[in-house]
Amino acid sequence: MNLRRDVFQAIADPTRRAILLLLASQTMTAGAIAANFDTARPTVSKHLQILTECELLKYEQTGREIYYHLNPKKMKEIADYIEPFRKMWDDRFNKLESVMKKYK
Amino acid sequence: MERKTKVNAENGKQEIVITREFDLPLELLFKAYVEPEIVEQWMGTKVLKLENKKHGSYQFKTTDAQGNVVFQANGVIHEFVPDQKITRTFEMENSTFPVQLEFLEFEKLSADTSKLTMQIVYKTVADRDNLLRLPFAYGINMAHDRLQAIVNKLK
Repeated sequence: MNLRRDVFQAIADPTRRAILLLLASQTMTAGAIAANFDTARPTVSKHLQILTECELLKYEQTGREIYYHLNPKKMKEIADYIEPFRKMWDDRFNKLESVMKKYK
Repeated sequence: MERKTKVNAENGKQEIVITREFDLPLELLFKAYVEPEIVEQWMGTKVLKLENKKHGSYQFKTTDAQGNVVFQANGVIHEFVPDQKITRTFEMENSTFPVQLEFLEFEKLSADTSKLTMQIVYKTVADRDNLLRLPFAYGINMAHDRLQAIVNKLK
């Protein structure tokens, strides 16, 4: 299995990226995650399944509820996780520089 | 290519330091943080309010092409010293991230170059790590949005 490709496929979808974003700072039940989207609940479940399959998410069953959380280990494994953060600021500052050059 | 923007995040610390050297005179670099219409251009967000003074506050808001709010943030300015420093809080609305404290220092390197040092302090180490991890999802989102916007323009 080409894990790398799978992970990138996983994050290629906007809903799945939004799910990762939601779970970046908290553990949530499938229902609570689904409540954030207009999409039908089975669609959200499918997204959760894909994210779980490529190990970006982990889950624990507590009673009837399934709690999802990010798998930081996997997130770190697939990329230098600071790089996208640095890139975000680098892009922003490049923009600042080019905007301000017009004011010179 | 040399990495102009550096991010230093020491393990186990609840802060990060972002540094960047600009091919801009100090005054122009500082101006980019002061004029709302300029901030809008490089931050890619709408500036609803920007009061550049001690006890002033600011509000940013970004909407997508459909008018949905995709990003909303606000903060309070604690220190404002032209061409030297801005100390402010930053809070992302509709998120679970606690408010963060930002120390921005502006330095003159030469007549045409300047440097920005941005120290960001988070509530906990975990908050910092989560936020650093965010662009993995969020940054890609932004890149996709930007790409989408460019593609839309070509249409």
